[in-house]
Amino acid sequence: MQQVYLDNAATSRMRKEAFDAMLPYFMDEYANPSSIHAMSREPRAAVKKARAQIAGCLNADPSEIFFTSGGTESDNWALVSGAEMREKKGRHIIVSAIEHHAILETARYLERRGFEVTRVGVDGDGIVKLDELEKAIRPDTTLVSVMAANNEIGTIQPIEEISKILKGKDILFHTDAVQAFGHIPLDVKALGVDMLSASGHKFGGPKGVGFLYVRKGVKLVPFMHGGEQEEGRRAGTTNVPGIVGMGVAAEIACSGLEASMARTAELRDHLIERVLSEIPYSRLNGHRTSRLPSNADFSFEFIEGESMLMSLGTKGVCVSTGSACASGSLDPSHVLLGIGLPHEIAHGSIRMSIPEDATMEQIDYAADCLKQTVETMRSLSPLYDDFVKSRKVRGCTTENTATR
Amino acid sequence: MYDGEYSDKVIDHFTNPRNVGEIENPSGVGTVGNAKCGDIMRIFLDIDDDGIIRDCKFKTFGCGAAVASSSMATEMVKGKSVQEAMEITNKAVMEALDGLPVVKIHCSLLAEEAIHAALWDYCQKTGTKIDGLKAPKADIND
Repeated sequence: MQQVYLDNAATSRMRKEAFDAMLPYFMDEYANPSSIHAMSREPRAAVKKARAQIAGCLNADPSEIFFTSGGTESDNWALVSGAEMREKKGRHIIVSAIEHHAILETARYLERRGFEVTRVGVDGDGIVKLDELEKAIRPDTTLVSVMAANNEIGTIQPIEEISKILKGKDILFHTDAVQAFGHIPLDVKALGVDMLSASGHKFGGPKGVGFLYVRKGVKLVPFMHGGEQEEGRRAGTTNVPGIVGMGVAAEIACSGLEASMARTAELRDHLIERVLSEIPYSRLNGHRTSRLPSNADFSFEFIEGESMLMSLGTKGVCVSTGSACASGSLDPSHVLLGIGLPHEIAHGSIRMSIPEDATMEQIDYAADCLKQTVETMRSLSPLYDDFVKSRKVRGCTTENTATR
Repeated sequence: MYDGEYSDKVIDHFTNPRNVGEIENPSGVGTVGNAKCGDIMRIFLDIDDDGIIRDCKFKTFGCGAAVASSSMATEMVKGKSVQEAMEITNKAVMEALDGLPVVKIHCSLLAEEAIHAALWDYCQKTGTKIDGLKAPKADIND
């Protein structure tokens, strides 16, 4: 049975070049770059190179890149330290309603510590409502965090426009770019952000490493306390192999970005086109064009996501779902509810995120499997039965009326 | 292949569900759950004059565990008397499936409730009384 991996937003396969580049730093050049003896020189140089590689991808200065253990730590750092440092000015922060849990749960933590949090809503495509964001700004607002691209529905946010709104207001602007970095072009100067989070394993680097970009001049106290690593701003022994692997992965991802974006978008568009035209009562979630090239997120009426995921799994197609049944909570994903989907539609959602090296054959296979799966699950569904019966009563017979 | 926390039995009953479908003019039919929470089960019973369940079919909207629980429950009630069917607990369904992940226990409960709802419908139609049977909760249209 062929295996088709369409869960690239969860994690990506490491690039061979990144993996190879890491190897010397486990057993040969294993010295601690914070040491001062001769053996520390090579690992220190390697970390410096990686910092430059990452900075190069963002039009940033290497001194603005701080290595962390991943996207979650970067998000925690930006929010907690960003909010706590400016406590004297105020205790109000703003986030979007469809942020990743690394932001939303951190915001909730701040709330428990006495901060106020405004969660700005999004429109039906998942775009942050700019007028709502502007209205949410108060004299005591100290920080705004809006993701660059959403992990579930792939919608790319108008970060530059948000920067314009915040300009001159003495408010820190952070963006969680975990899904965006290495997948779409990001220029921190053009974006106008003060801080930006990313994670190595989302773009062909290793797991357990990420970074936070902190614009020069922005004061940010440490979140991880301890040694003087990372200019005293992030304690903990430097993860040399991880950083080296992430640097190489970033450089490759960013240098071939236009070509890979075009290729992946072609696969995505083919998938979307097939699903919407061949599977009735399906819908694409997220913005049609302001969207990650790799993301296709669908809802299918009358059926539930986890069972679709399982059924696809038996055919070798690996996807993810926003259904509650996959998470253990009663509610489906906050992102799908955030764009206004009713619970029952949100339960029937499947995310397909396409790796850069996927083939058109794989996409066609996945679309074929999805079609079969939806048919099978609908044949089991009492909701579909009821729908078909009610439709017969109403006298309509059109089978192929996909809701878009 | 799906590699969650499911037992082989759950995977088997999900992949090859038994007794999918409807029974025309059923002796009893019960629907429980609601779409908002992500699962609905409907169970149809064909019960003969001696009160023995001759056939049982189901339709389910829900996760893998919900489908497997319904499939297993329909297997378990077939050939049983209505009183015996009434006494099938969610625990028994779960055990027959070699267990369910903790977050999926409610799926087996839904199967128990669906059987009860179908039996209740049968009792309403025929005036039969089954010891311990209560009216189902009416939350299907939530």
